[in-house]
Amino acid sequence: MSITNGPMPDDATGLRKTSRLGALLQRSEAARGFTLLSPTLFIMAVGILVPIGILVVMSFWTQVGFGFDTTATTANYQMAAERPIYGALLRRSLWMSGMATMATVILSYPMAYFVAFHVHRNKMMWIVLITLPFWTSYLLRVFAWKVVLGYHGVINSALMNLGLIEAPLEFLLYSQSAVVITLAHAWAAFAILPMYVSLEKIDKSLLEAATDLGDGPIARFLRITLPLSLPGVISASLLIFIPTTGDYITPTLLGGPDGAMIGNLIQKQFGAINNWPMGAALSIILMLSIGAIAVSFMLIANFVRKRIS
Amino acid sequence: MTQNDAFISIQNVNKYFGKFHAINDVSIDIKHGEFFSLLGSSGCGKTTLLRMLAGFENPTSGEIYIDGQPMSGVPPHHRPVNMVFQSYAIFPHLNVRDNIAYGLRKQKLPRAQRDALVDEMLDLIKLPDYGDHKANQLSGGQRQRIALARSLILRPKVLLLDEPLGALDKQLREQMQLELRALQKTVGITFVFVTHDQEEALTLSDRMAVMSNGRDLQVDTPTRLYESPINREVASFIGTMNFFDGRVKALTNGGAEIEAVGLGNLCTSNIPPNLKPGQSVCVAIRPEKLSLSRDAQSGFNQVKGRLDNAAYLGERSHYYVSIEGVSKPVAVSVQNRQRANGNGENQCPVWLSWEDNAFVVLGNG
Repeated sequence: MSITNGPMPDDATGLRKTSRLGALLQRSEAARGFTLLSPTLFIMAVGILVPIGILVVMSFWTQVGFGFDTTATTANYQMAAERPIYGALLRRSLWMSGMATMATVILSYPMAYFVAFHVHRNKMMWIVLITLPFWTSYLLRVFAWKVVLGYHGVINSALMNLGLIEAPLEFLLYSQSAVVITLAHAWAAFAILPMYVSLEKIDKSLLEAATDLGDGPIARFLRITLPLSLPGVISASLLIFIPTTGDYITPTLLGGPDGAMIGNLIQKQFGAINNWPMGAALSIILMLSIGAIAVSFMLIANFVRKRIS
Repeated sequence: MTQNDAFISIQNVNKYFGKFHAINDVSIDIKHGEFFSLLGSSGCGKTTLLRMLAGFENPTSGEIYIDGQPMSGVPPHHRPVNMVFQSYAIFPHLNVRDNIAYGLRKQKLPRAQRDALVDEMLDLIKLPDYGDHKANQLSGGQRQRIALARSLILRPKVLLLDEPLGALDKQLREQMQLELRALQKTVGITFVFVTHDQEEALTLSDRMAVMSNGRDLQVDTPTRLYESPINREVASFIGTMNFFDGRVKALTNGGAEIEAVGLGNLCTSNIPPNLKPGQSVCVAIRPEKLSLSRDAQSGFNQVKGRLDNAAYLGERSHYYVSIEGVSKPVAVSVQNRQRANGNGENQCPVWLSWEDNAFVVLGNG
């Protein structure tokens, strides 16, 4: 460093350069922000933007044997629009993950509410306990549901032993409801945590003020607690809806023919069917539909929030 | 039922939080239309008492009557009282207008009538153009007024205020004190006001209660609390007070002659009941009731001392004078009518004098 008898001019310029960079960082908050973001930005650019770019480009190609015809064409999109199977699978996927999202949020809200308002000591322990099932692998939990819902599974054998049913209920496994139940359980933690955070943030004196101004418990919940926790509900819904729509593991294991989703088809395009451009086109369509639904959901939620308050 | 004409009657109320005795056998009567303050340092139980009036806490024993109705078992949203919270608790997702109209929803008024009421309130709190502002665009003083309007629009029988001016800076606080007082006269609603600021309580209240450790020490008008505190605790809580040990020499017609340590004999009619000759007592005097001079005056009520310390405060100066036989220097407050010509050299001899009845004899306890 400058204490040693190194060449003076170099040292001086080096010093000036760092101080100039330092000054820039000092002055501009944006520069500081980008510096902090840069590792993430790099990964996002390389790991997300580039693959999506490839996907978009590939969706305009066509599969010829084991190679690609790289002339740009919208044939894949036309086929997706024309063949009813694609639209039907997409609609079913959106419907099923919509159901799963609703079930998860409705079942998780009371848990988040309980921890936020009625647990006063060891909140952290409760949060850890709630996330405890999620420490096991996703695949294991899906298999566990297979055991619970199966033909000779926990529910069926219990009901039969109690004499409530003669034969096993067949609709439990390999159906849409099986997929919805499993997804709702598998994603519960992702719903509880954001909703807990937004409920926890609500100033308790707001609730007292609402009571003081004449609201009973239900009116107070609808007019204060729910609107103020809506950001948490929205982020929970999106956190679940977006990844579950494209899920293919759960429908593969539990869905049966009725419970297959668009994710299964996309997986097949890249696998057995070996039509990557078609798979790419389907992925893009899926992304766009999820994006459109997420945006309209946020707009509706905002509108509702204004109306109920 | 209540046995008097009190509008709010707090009768032998106790409150325990676990083993902590937060409210210790408090009985207070508040008249209709009164501006009543609960004054005390933090943790004295004044906010707990207010929250019991609002219904957010229930007394462990005792009963609270409002307008003749016992309040035990009545939930907060069914009580004829409204509260202005210390944090104001303005609903962040609503604009000013919806905040003020919040409690009206239950009354199912036609929209036009509701809007007219809200406009009236916005005028009253002098924020007529702020109806569409969001809560996070408001200053502390504005939030405070909206919290007031939100409660007043419901025409409660009693308005409870939990240190509503505590978060404001000094100038705004003094302005809001005047406005609050004027507002209370206009609407004619009984106000119960919690504060730890004795000056604020003295300025605003018709009557006030001084509280300490969950007990009400004295309930009286600001004047009587300041001039005739019943004991040393009250006397030292409100303003500054000089205390002297003494002994009752004789009882005179409506007063007493006291022999006080360091002061000699003094006469006063500010005495507690049941005073007996020969009894040891504590006598006290406010700093502004003492006069300071360099030379002895004619008359009896004076004592010689030495100037210890002086502080110039602008409109007045505080002097501390040590008197032989008294351990603590005596505080004297003098108005600077003329331009102060120096604070006087330390250790110079001075004379302290007072008028008859300037001293107060304090009861025990």
